[in-house]
Amino acid sequence: MKDFGFTITKDRQIDYDQHDHRLLQFVLENEPSFQACISCGGCTATCSAGNLIDFNIRKLNMLLRRGETEGLEKEINKCMLCGKCMLVCPRGINTRNVILKIKEAIQKFR
Amino acid sequence: MAYHHFVLPFSIGMAALFAILMVKFTIWIVKLESVDKRLIRKNLFSVKTLDAMGEVFMESLLHRKIFRKNPMLGYMHMSLAFGWFLLILFGNFQAQFYTRTMLHPPYFPIFFNFFVTTSEEYLFKASFEFLMDLFLLIVLTGLFIAISKRFYSRIVGLKKTTKLKFFDKLALTSLWFIFPLRLLAESFTSGLYNNGDFLTGSLGSFFARHLMVEKLALPAWWGYSLALGFFFVALPYSRYMHIPAEVLLIFLRKYGVRTRREFTSYSDIEVRSCSRCGICIDACQINNALGINNIQSVYFLRSIRERSVGDEKLFTCMLCGRCENICPVGIQLSDLRMTQRNKNGVQNTSTYDFLVPPKYKVADVLYFAGCMTHLTPAIKKSMLKIFDIAGVNYYFMDSDKEACCGRPLIQSGHYENAAKLMEYNKKLIRQSKAKVLVTSCPICYKTFKEDYKLNIHVMHHTEYILKLVEVGILLLEKGDSKVVYHDPCELGRGLGIYEEPRILLNKVARLLHPDEERENAFCCGGSLGSFNLSTQQRNIIRDDALAKLMKPNPDKLITACPLCKKTFSKGTKVQVLDIAELVAASVIVPEAKKALDMQKHETVLVE
Ligand code: SF4
Ligand code: SF4
Ligand code: SF4
Ligand code: SF4
Repeated sequence: MKDFGFTITKDRQIDYDQHDHRLLQFVLENEPSFQACISCGGCTATCSAGNLIDFNIRKLNMLLRRGETEGLEKEINKCMLCGKCMLVCPRGINTRNVILKIKEAIQKFR
Repeated sequence: MAYHHFVLPFSIGMAALFAILMVKFTIWIVKLESVDKRLIRKNLFSVKTLDAMGEVFMESLLHRKIFRKNPMLGYMHMSLAFGWFLLILFGNFQAQFYTRTMLHPPYFPIFFNFFVTTSEEYLFKASFEFLMDLFLLIVLTGLFIAISKRFYSRIVGLKKTTKLKFFDKLALTSLWFIFPLRLLAESFTSGLYNNGDFLTGSLGSFFARHLMVEKLALPAWWGYSLALGFFFVALPYSRYMHIPAEVLLIFLRKYGVRTRREFTSYSDIEVRSCSRCGICIDACQINNALGINNIQSVYFLRSIRERSVGDEKLFTCMLCGRCENICPVGIQLSDLRMTQRNKNGVQNTSTYDFLVPPKYKVADVLYFAGCMTHLTPAIKKSMLKIFDIAGVNYYFMDSDKEACCGRPLIQSGHYENAAKLMEYNKKLIRQSKAKVLVTSCPICYKTFKEDYKLNIHVMHHTEYILKLVEVGILLLEKGDSKVVYHDPCELGRGLGIYEEPRILLNKVARLLHPDEERENAFCCGGSLGSFNLSTQQRNIIRDDALAKLMKPNPDKLITACPLCKKTFSKGTKVQVLDIAELVAASVIVPEAKKALDMQKHETVLVE
């Protein structure tokens, strides 16, 4: 195809009927505190992994809720479980367990 | 040859017990890892075997450790175990003195008083009769406490005892009957023949006056033999299996066998050695502060035996080590949990390839602050100040973009992931050519010291600062603030650093003492070992620990861990400081002395 110097953006519409919500359900059932996330970004600001590479618990939350779980495995593997995020989270979210549960869910529903 | 049919239940039970134990022990030993077998072969014919025998005597018979924790419970265990042992031992002596030979059937000493009823003399007859009655009385008192404990566990100071299964019930019931039946059988026979000592003799003449002892004696002996038989057969399948298992455990432990990363045959022996004494339940803050009492070690070990380890039992525990510290059997409870987390652990697929090849600087001393210390910047600033005042040639290894030490991953069972971070850090440490690695976080410290296998000195900053003070490089000024020191789990129980912080604190402040300190110190509740506890639950644990720490009414609460500091400071108005901060604030810097120090430290720090 002729290169016109621009690309066509992929369709970003999310079809909720098509998406897999088992992951989200599993995580929320096993770590209900994640419900309370307000996407404040505290965890991201302090994250040891986020300091080195683009990594972000808020984004995980968003991906989970949207059911966009393909890239999740790659994302989740960046966490070192150091626990800093847990200490700064204003909503007292047990972030490390969220990470473990997402890992478990990926393995379970793969 | 003395024989009567009633000895059969005992003899069969005894033979069955020996056979089953032989099989079980053989399987355990055969299944051991080859490194462990090598350890046994190496140490079998050494003084370690004698050592182990001594320990078996002290722990399996005298139950010294339980005694220390709780004299009543200790007496109960001791009187049953040691009393019974003495009965068997002296019963055998008695039989030998009587028959004047070593050869008598195994049941003969057990039922001696049935077979020997004449007043025929033998050496030390009177003493034997007295001692056998005395030992029986001791066992009976222990049994009395044990039965009361079943019905009312407060007597021995325990809040909870554990629940029972079928074979446990069979073994327990027969155990309860053994000694009362022995007492009855011997008393009836004594009453019949008018012999026996202070216990069986007097009871016997009492019975003889009121009962038909000639009709009752034989059934009582039958009952005694049956109770023994049932107990022996049930033992290997009941909780009492812990008795032989613990003996084997003590020997293997003395030879240097340990539970490591994987659940091995040795771990299985550990699991079976738990006597279900329940002491660990009382030690656990998750029980004391939160009232959750199904995850403690005794239940966790049971779930391993029943192959039903669930996430809750595995991931709620804070790995604080309080139960391990107090367990009278000395089971490696935290390590066992980690082996199970490993088995249940999910995914080791992290590559951490975003970690760029480490930058480094050649230096004498490496400083690793650790993730948590970056959350409490006052600690790292204090350390840098101390390094500067002492004129140390150091390199701050994780000042900006660095990797975690890997311990939280190890605690979660992601060993392979942890190994990748460790490899990264190791490379950096090697390249810097440093001789000392100082860390501010006990969590990192433990893993650097135990898992990294570095060939340089690894020190926590308490140790390092004390060293600087001892050689005169740091001069401290004594303040008048009253402080309480909180022992962080990983630094205290984890690595046994109790003295250094106290020596330091005595130099800069007035150290007060809470009731629980050193190995009995509480966990702050912030532990990275737990994955399940919610923030609310952690806060309750924290407040509970704080209340106890604050009893002496200190001006400042001092700890030596950034995580403890962070956790505690959210729960109290009292100032919470790391020991490094207090020291850094108390350093005197005499300018004139500085030049002199410059030469001195070169030699010391590099040592
Ligand atoms: S700090 Fe807590 S509330 Fe804020 S984004 Fe992270 S998880 Fe959500
Ligand atoms: S535990 Fe994971 S997500 Fe949280 S701060 Fe550490 S690396 Fe980041
Ligand atoms: S784990 Fe140790 S302290 Fe706990 S019940 Fe077993 S033997 Fe007792
Ligand atoms: S390690 Fe601590 S939290 Fe875990 S069971 Fe033992 S006492 Fe309880």
